[in-house]
Amino acid sequence: MSQTITIAPITRIEGHASIAIQLDDAGNVQDSKVHIMSLRGFEKFVEGKPAEELPRIVNRICGICPWQHHLASNKAVDRCFGVTPPPAGRKLRELMQTISHAEDKLLHFFFLAAADFVIGPDSDYAVRNVIGIARANPELARKVVQMRYMAKMMLEKFAGKAIHPIAGVVGGFSKPLLEAERKEFLAKMHQLLDFALFTIDFAKTEIFPKYLDTITSLGAIKTGFIGTVDDDGALDLYDGKIRLMKPDMSFIEFDSQDYADYIGEHVEPYSYGKLPYARCWNEGFSLDLAEPRGIYRSNCLARVNVADKMATPRAQAELEEFREKFGRPAQATLLYHWARLIEEVYACEHAIELLEDPEITDTNIRAKVEPKAGRGVGCLEAPRGTLIHDYATDENGLITRANMIVGTTHNLGPINMSVNQAARSLIKNGEISEGTLNRIEMAVRAYDP
Amino acid sequence: MTAKIAEEWLNSCSGCEIAIVDMGQRLLDILDKAEFVHIPVLLDHKYLGQLGDGRHIEIPEADVGIISGGIRNEEHLEVAQEMRSKCRTIAALGTCATHGGIPALTNAYHTDAVLERYYSTETTDKPDHWPDDGVPACLDACYALDEKIKVDIYLPGCPPHPDHVYAALAALLEGTTPVLPARSVCDTCPTMRAGKGQLKQLRRFLQAPHYGSPQEPLDKMRCLLEQGLLCMGPVTRAGCGGDKTTPRCIAARVPCRGCYGPVKQDGNQLLDMLNALASNGIEIGSLPEHPSLLRFSGAHRLLRPARQGKES
Repeated sequence: MSQTITIAPITRIEGHASIAIQLDDAGNVQDSKVHIMSLRGFEKFVEGKPAEELPRIVNRICGICPWQHHLASNKAVDRCFGVTPPPAGRKLRELMQTISHAEDKLLHFFFLAAADFVIGPDSDYAVRNVIGIARANPELARKVVQMRYMAKMMLEKFAGKAIHPIAGVVGGFSKPLLEAERKEFLAKMHQLLDFALFTIDFAKTEIFPKYLDTITSLGAIKTGFIGTVDDDGALDLYDGKIRLMKPDMSFIEFDSQDYADYIGEHVEPYSYGKLPYARCWNEGFSLDLAEPRGIYRSNCLARVNVADKMATPRAQAELEEFREKFGRPAQATLLYHWARLIEEVYACEHAIELLEDPEITDTNIRAKVEPKAGRGVGCLEAPRGTLIHDYATDENGLITRANMIVGTTHNLGPINMSVNQAARSLIKNGEISEGTLNRIEMAVRAYDP
Repeated sequence: MTAKIAEEWLNSCSGCEIAIVDMGQRLLDILDKAEFVHIPVLLDHKYLGQLGDGRHIEIPEADVGIISGGIRNEEHLEVAQEMRSKCRTIAALGTCATHGGIPALTNAYHTDAVLERYYSTETTDKPDHWPDDGVPACLDACYALDEKIKVDIYLPGCPPHPDHVYAALAALLEGTTPVLPARSVCDTCPTMRAGKGQLKQLRRFLQAPHYGSPQEPLDKMRCLLEQGLLCMGPVTRAGCGGDKTTPRCIAARVPCRGCYGPVKQDGNQLLDMLNALASNGIEIGSLPEHPSLLRFSGAHRLLRPARQGKES
């Protein structure tokens, strides 16, 4: 008899989703769906609000990457009002975004993902979590907690709030960085860089080799990729051109202001979340495993695939080693974990670069702003992908229209595909175990949705 | 015996859960004293059994149930009711749970208008009908928890400061009731107040407030409201600064927007703020719009769609 297996909720991810797997009479997978279970509708309820207030409203889209929403929103409003932040204002924004990337990747790797590898994918769920890791390896747990806490407290001490930030303001930043603070930050970022290097070495010696078969096969699909690069083609988390790459490595680049000419959003009846696709490829939308159409991926694996190089030395060395092993573009889904740790090294190195720039303590941090009618797209790389905020304002600077494409949503189509692939390869003749279902979720967790 | 904790997130952003994680070393101390039996962000306990073959949402029994987020759809409601029936004490964590939070700004619109806009943006291929296959139907509004289930403890904040989360958890694990600051943000704000002045108009937050050099401490900066910037400090519960008490937005030289909700649980930040402005002779008409004064506390039917389809 046909049967539906429901994995609800998908756990150790950020957000509300579930998986429904339909089995046929023989107990093999007929179909699968990833349900995105809720909708808040920021696009509607920001209408009529003063645009300069939006960076303090839309950060609530995500409590894990509020800095990215906060800053993409600031960039969009800057454009609406036709203002350019002074160099130090821009650099402080970029510093905050870079430190929050560094903090976020530690959170995902150790708190959300690691248990599947350190404790094991088939182990009891009661211990397959960060609490289990804390019991099994208290010294590591203490170090992880300490490093993350240090990064978060840097953000809070300087910028007031670390979660749902307020220090980015239209036209720049709300307060300058003092020399004493710069020195303190620099010393702490060096500690974080050391920990980032420890983490990637730990993963490359203790984790990835043990699970190489799983990593290269679980949830494996073939798609295009999206990410932001600078003028030299190096990965850039804060600003640059959007590069949209096909599976055969051919790519187009565009200015984020023109995103709507390239990206469309498809709607499926089983998901409140919309599924973006490459409208500009003119091949429509399909999640067919053998022949997907319009499907590309975002987040760290996508970024290291589209970038020609990393702009910092340690991260570049890691990227070279990664490409040597897995080629370019690397398609295996669980390689997201590896790519995330390369980006962790980059974020720490880049924060140090920013802090070594004497201009960052300049006190000219905010340009004069007048509200006016306009339109602006603010774009940057959130941990989970290319984040787009697009606003229009009236002559009083109130929002008349808003459209947002959030980093994770680019991956909703690919997540559906990876779940389908994993379910088909793991479930045969109706045989299901907790470990099997957890492995299917591991294909989702890799994307850190 | 270790206390059992169950945690759920509803119409929320996960910021409250990250605030739990941001307790740092104190999180490890809590983990020594408590057993989490259900917390989707960290633990793989499933609603329908570990093999996914159950029929109804089931959450294990717990001494303390912590819920972040408001209630916006049928699944949120079912989860909240199951938590209530299984947990001895229910704590509402964060302003979404206590007052609706930012997502309750949706209450200025009918749900259909929200869906209509979301599924017809310029990048969206507009569907024939809105999603309805295996996704929970939306309720007519975003509700605070206590509009749908009984709440024992209120822990507002967007998000609550990790110091408060820790203090609250430690109290709950000892079986006592956490005590919230009963004062306003202004009561804990170090900036200088000169008293009623000549101020008639508020200006929008488009320029930095006046203060001396960046090194100068906050107690040398004049009150932001007295500088003519809308600051919700008078009508907002104190506590956002955690143990250090200085309000977090003020520390960044930015005015308060009210994220800890009203000073009293059943207060109305919009009415209270308009009253405060009027009694100081400030023209209410100088505000660009009013619903934003309820941006953190629009549940409890305070924010509603206007009759002619216009924002209230």
